[in-house]
Amino acid sequence: MFPHYLDANASEPIRPAALTATQQTLRVIGNPSSVHGAGRAARGVLEDAREALAALYGTAPRNLIFTSGGTESDTLAIHALGAARRVIAASIEHDAIRAAAPDAEHLPVDRHGVADLEALERMLRDGPPSLVCLMLANNETGVIQPVAAAAELCRGHGALLHTDAVQAAGRIRLSLAALGAHSLAISSHKLGGPAGAGALLLAPDADIATPLISGGGQERGRRGGTPPVAIIAGFAAAATAARSDLGTSSAANALAALRDRAEGAAVAEGAIVCGGGAPRLANTTCLALPGFRADAQVIALDLEGIAVSAGAACSSGKVRTSHVLTAMGLGALAGEAIRVSLPWNTAPADIDAFAAAYARMAARLRAARAVPPLDPTGAAHRLTPD
Amino acid sequence: MTKPPPRPNRPVYLDNQATTRCDPRVLDAMLPWFSEHYGNPASAEHRMGKEAEAAVETARTQIAALIGADAREIVLTSGATESNNIAIKGAARHAKRMGDDRRRIVTVATEHKCVLESVADLAEEGFEPVVLPVRPDGLLDPESLREALQVPTLLVSIMAVNNEIGVIQDIPALAAITKDTGALFHTDLAQAVAKIPVDLTGWRVDLASVSGHKIYGPKGVGALFVRRRPRVRIAPLFSGGGQERGLRSGTLPTPLIVGLGEACRIAALEMAGETARIAALRDHLLTRVREGIPAIAINGSTGARIPGNLNLTFPATPAAAIMERIPDLCVSTGSACSSAEVEPSYVLRALGLSDDAAARTLRIGIGRFTSPADIEYAASALMAAQDPLPGTHPDGNPPPGDP
Repeated sequence: MFPHYLDANASEPIRPAALTATQQTLRVIGNPSSVHGAGRAARGVLEDAREALAALYGTAPRNLIFTSGGTESDTLAIHALGAARRVIAASIEHDAIRAAAPDAEHLPVDRHGVADLEALERMLRDGPPSLVCLMLANNETGVIQPVAAAAELCRGHGALLHTDAVQAAGRIRLSLAALGAHSLAISSHKLGGPAGAGALLLAPDADIATPLISGGGQERGRRGGTPPVAIIAGFAAAATAARSDLGTSSAANALAALRDRAEGAAVAEGAIVCGGGAPRLANTTCLALPGFRADAQVIALDLEGIAVSAGAACSSGKVRTSHVLTAMGLGALAGEAIRVSLPWNTAPADIDAFAAAYARMAARLRAARAVPPLDPTGAAHRLTPD
Repeated sequence: MTKPPPRPNRPVYLDNQATTRCDPRVLDAMLPWFSEHYGNPASAEHRMGKEAEAAVETARTQIAALIGADAREIVLTSGATESNNIAIKGAARHAKRMGDDRRRIVTVATEHKCVLESVADLAEEGFEPVVLPVRPDGLLDPESLREALQVPTLLVSIMAVNNEIGVIQDIPALAAITKDTGALFHTDLAQAVAKIPVDLTGWRVDLASVSGHKIYGPKGVGALFVRRRPRVRIAPLFSGGGQERGLRSGTLPTPLIVGLGEACRIAALEMAGETARIAALRDHLLTRVREGIPAIAINGSTGARIPGNLNLTFPATPAAAIMERIPDLCVSTGSACSSAEVEPSYVLRALGLSDDAAARTLRIGIGRFTSPADIEYAASALMAAQDPLPGTHPDGNPPPGDP
């Protein structure tokens, strides 16, 4: 049986246009740095992709640097923009940011998972020159952050702002220029392209003095190494297809409706929606089932043929208490939440299967524990009714 | 000089040190992992993640087998440039953090740019780079390494095979000299893997870099060998999800890794026969070109050299002019990374070539998909593209001025 894949925030299934572009380009021989015909052909593909992505995400092609993915892009941003600056990172940032800036000061979030901009202003008001890291959409809850407002605050206080848009790209319309951020990270496989490429977009007033990966002068000396042209071609094709889906409100609304249906089914079994009171990505819901460990829920659902995750998919399957949910003040629930993230090609049957499996899972876990059933509407347990 | 050959029906690709065609068998192995099996290999909680993880581990075993390593010694990266950066910066930064007071880092003038730049970046962090010269044949004199190692040294980085002139350094011997002084030894194997036998169990190498697209695999993937016994410790370049035992975070690109594994599997099976076939093509090309252009010079050792590489200095004609005259022949004037630069090759300079001779030099890389017909075309086209030698031309061009 093929699983019902509801773990898009770990990796989106590849979009058909991306698969075609990648397959075609894998057969292109040249190294884009070579001057002969084969090299020029590869370079043409690379630069077309750069132009397409730069146009979609609001920067000039020369200010888009291809990397190996989101983690490298985030690290490069902090390495380049954070040098000699205090780093302030939202307490819900991805581990890539947390690891690249281990000494960062934490910007708190409210109980809905939204960054506290009043706190940010206080931190910026009297502090040294800063780099602020605020992700555009959270990977666990899907909560969308007020990045444009934060960037405006930063610019008012001489601070720089980096936004990790890895989960947002392909799921909401976004533009570096419109956000007013100094840098923005995106990843191919999180928007329906193949894994193995990402990009860091820079505003005209930001630059990289020392690369993270030095090398043969590729990417204008800002990232060494032969770029993976076929992966990058798929990246651009996926981003273009994703934007086109966002342009037709029916596709975006359909995904939100499916997500809401999955969420409703879980809430009926007693689940609590983490971050449900804030604006969110249409594809994501974070569902805590009080009293039951997240890993037990994920394993039970996997046995039912439903692929979801407990918080972020990171290393070697270790399930931890979510730092994101802890930062939202959810206490014990932070170890009891699963992430359900719908891929672009989710079918209603996937949601039917999820709803039935979730109900069976909740019943089985409760029977095993002999915990009395919760209020079936779940309303009493919903932390985020607004 | 001679009549140009008829145009081939497709460009003749003789730039296999810049990059190689992805083997059709590698493409076939990768495709299902692009299209159907899209789980994140870190999502070990569900079966789609687990099947991706299993595919990654199979590939890791295939990579390790080709270079005589243990699968647990293979860290997957985005390519050899990243591997070289992690090895050199990671080893130096870790040692410094641990309070090691050695600062010397030794490398060679003909290394790939990413090695030289990584070492240069470390100079800004208080390390002391030493860049050794090479002999006119491109090989490092072991005595100059011994001399450099008289100052306590942290790390030595020497490539196994040069990307421009194809010469093979004696890595087992150079590693032994280095290890006897207690320094770490790193080797860039990007041009060596699948071309010469590599045995990291037998060689006293601590760190070694591997590339996918130089061995008929995909671009965007490579590996770093990190010895386990005794364990070599390095600082990562970037962290996050903690993949690759914390040495290299970031979602693993399953299809690319499967492709690299398949490329290694094929190389292990076919390297011996392929090497002989490519050597015969290379020797035939050299013989043919020498017949037509007797004054041609070959740069770098001819004995210690991979079979697929020629690096030729033509007597009178600038390499750029030759390339312009033969648009159907893909060759290069130097490494691909720097081939857009007007600067003459620093590798050829390190061999003692003048800038003028370097500007008359072409790199020719023969590979798995080169046919005898490709070689015939290249030989005829190269001969037809030459300017007349000084003194033989009626319009009396000035002599090129290089001895």
